[in-house]
Amino acid sequence: MACAVSTDSASPGGRPPGTPRSPLRAEVGGADRFDFDAAWRLAPQVQVRPERFGALLYHFGTRQLSFLKSPALLAVIRALAAAPSARAACQAADVPDAQLPSYRRALATLADARMICRREPA
Amino acid sequence: MTAAALPLVEQFSYGLDAPICLTWELTYACNLSCVHCLSSSGRRDPGELSTTECQAVIDELQRMQVFYVNIGGGEPTVRPDFWDLLDYATGHDVGVKFSTNGVKITPAIARRLAGHDYVDVQISLDGATAAVNDAVRGPGSYAVALRAMRHLADAGFAGFKISVVMTRHNAGQLDQFQSLADSFGAQLRLTRLRPSGRGAEVWDQLHLTAAQQRQLYDWLVAHGDSVLTGDSFFHLSGYGAALPGLNLCGAGRVVCLIDPVGDVYACPFAIHPEFLAGNVRDPGGFARVWRESELFAGLRQPQSGGACESCAAYASCRGGCMAAKFFTGLPLDGPDPECVRGHGEHALATAGTAAAPRPAGDHSHRTSPRRPVPLTLGRRPEPNQPPVSACNPDPLAGFVPPGR
Repeated sequence: MACAVSTDSASPGGRPPGTPRSPLRAEVGGADRFDFDAAWRLAPQVQVRPERFGALLYHFGTRQLSFLKSPALLAVIRALAAAPSARAACQAADVPDAQLPSYRRALATLADARMICRREPA
Repeated sequence: MTAAALPLVEQFSYGLDAPICLTWELTYACNLSCVHCLSSSGRRDPGELSTTECQAVIDELQRMQVFYVNIGGGEPTVRPDFWDLLDYATGHDVGVKFSTNGVKITPAIARRLAGHDYVDVQISLDGATAAVNDAVRGPGSYAVALRAMRHLADAGFAGFKISVVMTRHNAGQLDQFQSLADSFGAQLRLTRLRPSGRGAEVWDQLHLTAAQQRQLYDWLVAHGDSVLTGDSFFHLSGYGAALPGLNLCGAGRVVCLIDPVGDVYACPFAIHPEFLAGNVRDPGGFARVWRESELFAGLRQPQSGGACESCAAYASCRGGCMAAKFFTGLPLDGPDPECVRGHGEHALATAGTAAAPRPAGDHSHRTSPRRPVPLTLGRRPEPNQPPVSACNPDPLAGFVPPGR
């Protein structure tokens, strides 16, 4: 992104050293650890800004920016809060079964970045 | 991640609904006169946005979901309402990272900042030693910056940034900068010297040599993303592997500048009428400028790389920095003046210095940095003739013999 007195794209507000990278750049390490069948939600300090390509997520606590690279992933994120599990959220957002593994990886990355967090099932 | 029609970098080149990174310079006033100041700051402009107008801009940024702003100047902390604006912004979901030379960072302010979740601080330092720093930023500025860092560290403000503009004289100090940052628990941020503002006058003497650029690239590759760069070195990606970050000029697409009088420019390095998109005081405010200005619409169209398109490095360097080209008199669809393949040097030699446009809007102090003082040479008064005054009793007072 560009230049600027200011654009530290990897970590817009600045990311404390050692915190996870953005899903934009990191290939996921934690997909296996990610509990696809647990209930998840957007973390409290995170805001979502829809964009044509998907959305921007910003975590006011870690000052980290993440990019959702498709509107479908945004739909999944929005479905998390009401779904009994992350898997169910994907299904609620009409993600085809064949694509579930890649959505699981994406969600694992967002969990590593603390953009989404576990919640007690309703 | 999931499939996307286009890579993100392509998506970004067509612009976003709101900027990701917004630089907002709150004042042209500054206690320093750094020789490379990109906004030619020094004196406050009488037309600067009032507190109420600044709050209205913040309200708008909140509506647009601009999650954080990079506040600079000038020296933003010399505005008497600065700390209140900081609270106002963070109270309205707009996080703040501000750049300062440290002059107002007292122990009490440092404690206040450390208690703020949504504030980040960036201390400017352009030399790891006083001699190198003060030659660019002015006498005493190194001591002031280090004092501010100590206060922040003592207050428990972890991870503040030390922001360095890379020059020919500090390029050899990278490891020293890193040690300094480590000693304060801070993070190092390196950015590129641009020929913008007063930087145009010193760019020839201060910009990195080709060998230094190569060393910097290698150092950045070795240090990965533990060092912030504002992605300002994407022109160095022509050396090989792309550096971490988005390699893209974001001007008018994901980045822009609001200057102290509310003018909106495509990027912080492009304060010139050529890159002026509008003013936040215009009807429709900042949102309308961002979404509807002709200039930004043009920047969001596919750009021509001109002669660069045939170069193997173009896919990674993208022709480099628009502002660096503009202020060195190079065509925007040509090579960057610091092109790693050497095309910039050749272009500069061909263009000549006369082609470079003058930076606009000089707010420099009138006394420093030291500039030549225009003098008129004339005859000294005759030593044996005292000045004429009304009380002079001499009958020939003021008489100059003809022919002298």
